[in-house]
Amino acid sequence: MADEQALQHDPGHHDGQATGTATVKRGLAEMLKGGVIMDVVDAAQAKVAEDCGAVAVMALERVPSDIRRDGGVARMSDPAMIEGIKAVVTIPVMAKARIGHFVEAQVLEALGVDFIDESEVLTPADETHHIDKQAFVTPFVCGATNLGEALRRISEGAALIRSKGEAGTGNIVEAVRHLRSIRGDLARITTADGAEQFEWAKRLQAPLGLVQEVARTGELPVPLFCAGGIATPADAALAMQLGAQSVFVGSGIFKSSDPERYGRAIVEATTHHRDPTIVAKVSRGLGAAMGGLEIKGLETTFADRGW
Amino acid sequence: MGVLALQGAAARHADALTALGAEAVLVRTPEDIASIDALVVPGGESTTISHLLDTSGVRAPLAERLEGGMPAFGTCAGMILLATDVLDGRDDQRSFGAIDIGVRRNAFGRQRDSFEADLEVAGLEGGPLHAVFIRAPVVDRVGGDVEVLAEVEAGPVLCRSGAIMVCSFHPELVNDRRLHATFLEGV
Repeated sequence: MADEQALQHDPGHHDGQATGTATVKRGLAEMLKGGVIMDVVDAAQAKVAEDCGAVAVMALERVPSDIRRDGGVARMSDPAMIEGIKAVVTIPVMAKARIGHFVEAQVLEALGVDFIDESEVLTPADETHHIDKQAFVTPFVCGATNLGEALRRISEGAALIRSKGEAGTGNIVEAVRHLRSIRGDLARITTADGAEQFEWAKRLQAPLGLVQEVARTGELPVPLFCAGGIATPADAALAMQLGAQSVFVGSGIFKSSDPERYGRAIVEATTHHRDPTIVAKVSRGLGAAMGGLEIKGLETTFADRGW
Repeated sequence: MGVLALQGAAARHADALTALGAEAVLVRTPEDIASIDALVVPGGESTTISHLLDTSGVRAPLAERLEGGMPAFGTCAGMILLATDVLDGRDDQRSFGAIDIGVRRNAFGRQRDSFEADLEVAGLEGGPLHAVFIRAPVVDRVGGDVEVLAEVEAGPVLCRSGAIMVCSFHPELVNDRRLHATFLEGV
């Protein structure tokens, strides 16, 4: 199916060139490692993000903290807004589709978006099914709170997993919980023998083949990034030291008192996450971070969306 | 053997070099630059790596080493950074000019146009090389002393000049280590 789509999208390439393969999709995720992907709501913010050293931008109409405040149904962004952002930056542009809303994903692919985020931050469109991501040439990133969820998304075709955290809160606690859960199970599963791997597959509700693969390698077959609650350079470095390979920052940059400085500082802290001297240097005198929320007081927890 | 690790696929390159018996050092600081004999500049986002070369203080000492003839192997974003001219980049994007080529960024289009294909490589034994192109650049202009080792319809994708080798694609994403081995032989 991917090959059929590849041909449709790719009339210019001669025989022997394959687009939309798992290697090509996961390859872009590999190139984003060690970087910061920033949420932006317009072309001006996208320019600032690129100037700050972002590896990619996530184009969306409202950052998660505003979605949380406004309530109602959150949907895919206006194509005109996504095109406006694509026009001003040279780095990859990502955009979000609702969970299960494969037509929003088709629209994003038609727009030439580089990565589609099937995101719990938007209101889910399907209570049972995620998008069949193998049917697309464009790579997908999906959120996960634990190893089973990550493997289910990978089996559907996700080329990149991000721990969900709790978007729009400026509170890192859920991201830490999810990263520890995923990395912890990846470490534990490597000690499972053949018989125990069947039990792991049952418990994780994940395909046996993928379970056997991660039991052998101790790693997901796709990169693992962190999202949801990163508000400071130290938060980004914490996620990286806990085993994330890049970070998504949503409200944390453009809801801070000085987005340009916050953006640059979070980029440097991500690269030099193991060097506390540099994290200290870039954290000095940054001004106010975005306002934060306690998880207990939330009306809606985005992380519970997805199945 | 250093691998520039400011951003991008550095770990995959380090794995490839280690598998070939080389000692791989991840390079993030000016001090790291002093400790290496050769450098792999990996794929990633060239604008981001360029930005981090400035903030980390690595740019000046690295430029000095490259001028002094240190061997380097640049893949994708690394090719852009080692080139003389960059087309379709950011206005403030600066490259090292270590190899006399002009490079066009994102020459094949966006991610949906990224592809994998078999390549004929001049002088490489063992048949075609499987190559993965991710939002890849292509060589637009080739200087007099530059040897083109492989090309696709859009233009040259693997070039060498003296101690510098560059390619548009990602040898670190496949298990075929022949290009890394070729680079190590030259060091």
